[in-house]
Amino acid sequence: MKSGVDHIAPIMTAHRAGLLGCRSCGRVWPESESRCQRCGAALVPPDRRSLQKVWAWWFAGLIMYIPANVFPMMSTQSFAGLAGNTESTILEGVVELIHYGNYDIAIIVFVASVVVPMAKFVAIAWLAMVAGRPATHDQAHTRLHIYEVVEFIGRWSMIDVFVVAILSALVQLGFVASIHPGPAAVSFALSVAFTMLSAQSFDPRLIWRGLPLRSRTDTEGQG
Amino acid sequence: MNTPENPQLSYDMKTGEGLMACPRCDALHVEEELDPGETARCIRCGGVLAKPQGGAFVQLIALSFTSMILLMGAVFFPFLEISRMGFGNATSLFGVALAFADGILLPLVLAVLVMIVGLPVMRSFLIVYTLIPLAQGQAPYRHAATAFRWSEMMRPWSMAEIFVIGTAVALVKVAGLASVHLGPAFWAFCALILVNLASRGFMCQTTIWDAIEDAGLPTDGRELVQGRRA
Repeated sequence: MKSGVDHIAPIMTAHRAGLLGCRSCGRVWPESESRCQRCGAALVPPDRRSLQKVWAWWFAGLIMYIPANVFPMMSTQSFAGLAGNTESTILEGVVELIHYGNYDIAIIVFVASVVVPMAKFVAIAWLAMVAGRPATHDQAHTRLHIYEVVEFIGRWSMIDVFVVAILSALVQLGFVASIHPGPAAVSFALSVAFTMLSAQSFDPRLIWRGLPLRSRTDTEGQG
Repeated sequence: MNTPENPQLSYDMKTGEGLMACPRCDALHVEEELDPGETARCIRCGGVLAKPQGGAFVQLIALSFTSMILLMGAVFFPFLEISRMGFGNATSLFGVALAFADGILLPLVLAVLVMIVGLPVMRSFLIVYTLIPLAQGQAPYRHAATAFRWSEMMRPWSMAEIFVIGTAVALVKVAGLASVHLGPAFWAFCALILVNLASRGFMCQTTIWDAIEDAGLPTDGRELVQGRRA
């Protein structure tokens, strides 16, 4: 095995050995197999073509994120609309919480439904763009770390959807007050689900494909 | 776990037998039996490959049953009670589902219920189904591998702990509008978080996959040639 620019010796991977590792259970199979016979998961080679799936879910999530911010998340009706009928979008909801002095809760909502989704879009797009490109070991570790954070944190954006669901179920006090969910609740839930699917479709093995330098078989096997 | 250069362990670079690939970075490792309490990490990305623990299967079964019972309580008991000016309302999750049964938001409510109750119950059931025969040292039930794979696929979509945080936020938002009391279902969800954390600590996928394989699930005949482990 040739040693590359990187001084660390190349690590034997299933791909270099002409084998396929199961991403679900770790079992290794010959490249001709298409399904893991231990756990039944489909065997997928680490291939940049799988990034198309990541991008497809990413765009679906981004498209749903626009109505999620434009339309109201929920509408509050007090005294059958006499004392006011307020509709609030995600950002207006945060502003409202700050207005009432609930800074800590405002921060939770702001982070969960504005910062995390935005950061996730940027992080997934960046990971998908640099995947398979040559990188040093430190860069690869950073990328894997970012991937793990994105995978872990993505589901927490659902908080705002749950809040709307709880409030609209609970606050049904007839004449006094009632809360109804708005169209943004559905599109925000879909946006979060689509970005979760996008992150799940990303194959972290691609981060390491170019390490430390592509060997001859690697270059041949690239699609 | 060792790199394939270790000559003492038997593996086959042609068929992949006796090898394990890191699901995160594809680095090859030779499979080796670990003692309870040991942790195997990937030589390349440092991710945990296996972390078996003694008696983990029985603990996982017990925790799964606990989680199922807690979820039943969480569905049918009220989780928040609200009152203002004599108008009161107590909601159980079941009540929420019924209240929205004819609205256009039915899909949203169904999705929420599936994520916070349906999937956690399903996961607990699948884990129990997979592990009960393995804990007794018997051959796994039919489709145990599929059951366990599905339970792992459902993991990111079961969101009971996020729901609890959502309840806390909802409490603050509604506090100015009316007075709110927490019901028993809320505490069931809180207990569920602890149960899930404990369950995650005991869960080692690699060990369970090995157990399913070793307990005689037909794979590709290699085990038959070498003699099945009793």
